Amino acid sequence: MNTPPQKSRPGAEQIPVVVSAIVPLNDLVTRFEFCRPDGQEFPPFSGGAHTVVEMRDHDRTRLNPYSLTSDPSDSSIYAISVRRDEQGRGGSLFMHRSVSVGDAMNITYPVNLFSLDLRAKKHLFLAGGIGITPFMSMIAQLERMTGNWELHYSVRNEALGTYVDQLRYKYPNKVHVYYSDQNQRIGLEQLLDGQSLGTHVYVCGPTGMIDQVHGAAAAAGWPEEHTHSEEFLAPQPGKPFEVRLCKSELTIQVGENESLLEAIERSGVDAPYLCRGGACGQCETDVIRADGEFVHRDHWLDDEQHSSGQKIMPCVSRFLGTLELDR
Amino acid sequence: MTIQFNEETFRDDYSFHNSARAIKRFPFPFHEDSYMYSVNMEQHRGGPEGSVYENRFDVDEHYLAEMRDRAMVLADDPLRCQSLPHMTLAGWDLLEVIMVSKSEDYPDLFELHRDGDRWRWINKPMGIDDTFTFLDETTLPYGPMEYITRQAQGDFCILDQRDEMLWMDAGMITTQADWSLDFDIGMNFFEWHAPVPLAHELGIFTRALKFLLNIPQGAPARRLNWTMTVNPLLDTSPENYHKWGIQKTSLTPENVGSKQHLRVELQTFFRLPRSNALVFPIRCYLIAFQDLVSMPKWGRRMHRVLRELPDELATYKGFIDNRPMMLDYLSKFDDGQPTSPGVWPDPETEPPLNTEIRNHTDGNSVDHNRSA
Ligand code: FES
Repeated sequence: MNTPPQKSRPGAEQIPVVVSAIVPLNDLVTRFEFCRPDGQEFPPFSGGAHTVVEMRDHDRTRLNPYSLTSDPSDSSIYAISVRRDEQGRGGSLFMHRSVSVGDAMNITYPVNLFSLDLRAKKHLFLAGGIGITPFMSMIAQLERMTGNWELHYSVRNEALGTYVDQLRYKYPNKVHVYYSDQNQRIGLEQLLDGQSLGTHVYVCGPTGMIDQVHGAAAAAGWPEEHTHSEEFLAPQPGKPFEVRLCKSELTIQVGENESLLEAIERSGVDAPYLCRGGACGQCETDVIRADGEFVHRDHWLDDEQHSSGQKIMPCVSRFLGTLELDR
Repeated sequence: MTIQFNEETFRDDYSFHNSARAIKRFPFPFHEDSYMYSVNMEQHRGGPEGSVYENRFDVDEHYLAEMRDRAMVLADDPLRCQSLPHMTLAGWDLLEVIMVSKSEDYPDLFELHRDGDRWRWINKPMGIDDTFTFLDETTLPYGPMEYITRQAQGDFCILDQRDEMLWMDAGMITTQADWSLDFDIGMNFFEWHAPVPLAHELGIFTRALKFLLNIPQGAPARRLNWTMTVNPLLDTSPENYHKWGIQKTSLTPENVGSKQHLRVELQTFFRLPRSNALVFPIRCYLIAFQDLVSMPKWGRRMHRVLRELPDELATYKGFIDNRPMMLDYLSKFDDGQPTSPGVWPDPETEPPLNTEIRNHTDGNSVDHNRSA
């Protein structure tokens, strides 16, 4: 428009950080704390926000989103809590094995796709396993605003109850923990039934749990906009495939352990993204030709768009066969 | 540079005026000789030194006069400033971003001293020195949004983001181009844009919404919009149409150069960190036609843009009736010579107006040497 064009770079702005602490929380989950090398403060953020962590793993760059689990009002550190995923494509393993205190890394400004609805009279949080992470910052924010909240948190067993002790200690009356190895379950129907008007429910956990909560809330007549969910989608490994990038006039191979988006980036082509988890819509790409089968995994496109074969979200979705994209 | 604030009004005697410096830095919105509505969004991170794009919140010679005008509008009509109850946190966000930006960008005019939640804010031009507790409303004379926007030029809409949608849930709107906060409050993005012609067919709003929903923290964006106003009026609200609408009929061939103003909005978009809301500041710049044409390139281009503009847009922008008179005036400043690309006036390189070959030969001598 008026100034020399400033092309926006893909993804959110980055912040250089230094790893200031690594705290194992249990067998699977480790907390990583970051500070700024220049001693400056971090920007404030909103409860439920995530950051995208850049990992330089030899010749490849991984960009993985993690919820911020620190207190949004503490601008001296940012923290994330990473669950080791032996089956994953290696991002969490890299964090667990290759990152040490004092390492310099880049993370993005916070992005929030799971924010609090501040109109709510009460916030009802339902967490499953590592799905506790976005609630850590939401709880800290609401405590400061004297907001009304309650947490129901289901974990596998006592040894894997990430943040259970801390939460119970600080908020004995608001935190309810369920151990699945002791056959304890969140009684959804009853729980939803007993809520006052103006309550919003937030769920983060495995897909099955999210679907159950949406189903139960709908069945109980809750307005759709009172149910919020975030699923921490990580790109899944899959069979290698070939993609033609028509605009860039390039043909690329997507490896077993990388996402389509990562393969596009590796070839030097700038592609837009924000969440890298199939939720924000930013990476949406037009399909020019498709010979094979889509493996859609995102939460952005609707069923109709998925079956139309005209669009793909390269941050999480894959293809079996050969694909031509408008990129 | 220190700013010399104008003693001026936006009502009654309309003593508003632009200095030579203000004319040169005017955000002329047309980068070519024609105009079509588009989203034309770009990153808002600085611009050439001295331009209105340089700082996050531009402060210029009209600051004090605009703040006085805002106080008068609010005294008459307090509903120009509204904030739904859940938007208080976003108000604090806005207060923070403005105080931090202004104290960093204009350290000789504004100071912010923070000791935990104890904040001291000094606004030298307005003579304000307040100490308050951040996030404690009882320590400020107004709510946080009202407090800070009584000290910041431009209108402010704060949009809550929920369910893949933006909601107009708070705002300070006293200089708007013909729309009403009281009417739009609580509306979603599509509802408040419903009156804009053509744009819907172009799918522009769907794309714009997607863009805005994804504006990340730390990466603000901006665009320009424009319209026309007779007399340098800031408050052209529907509530007061009975007062200003009538002024459109006061335009004559003799006064069009001084009365007719191009009105440009610099719209910026910032993600607010604590509330995840989006703030949409709309900063209004006014320039009289006679000052605009002092830049030969702008005179030529303004004439061509207005001549080619589709009738729907001239109607929507409210100047279809006066367009012939405006074109008559502007044609005297269009000699048919080519213009350089881009919005900048390029006074050193653009040829002066050639009165011999100008395409309008009415015999009147034209004062085209105003570009002192
Ligand atoms: S980057 Fe967000 S959906 Fe793909």
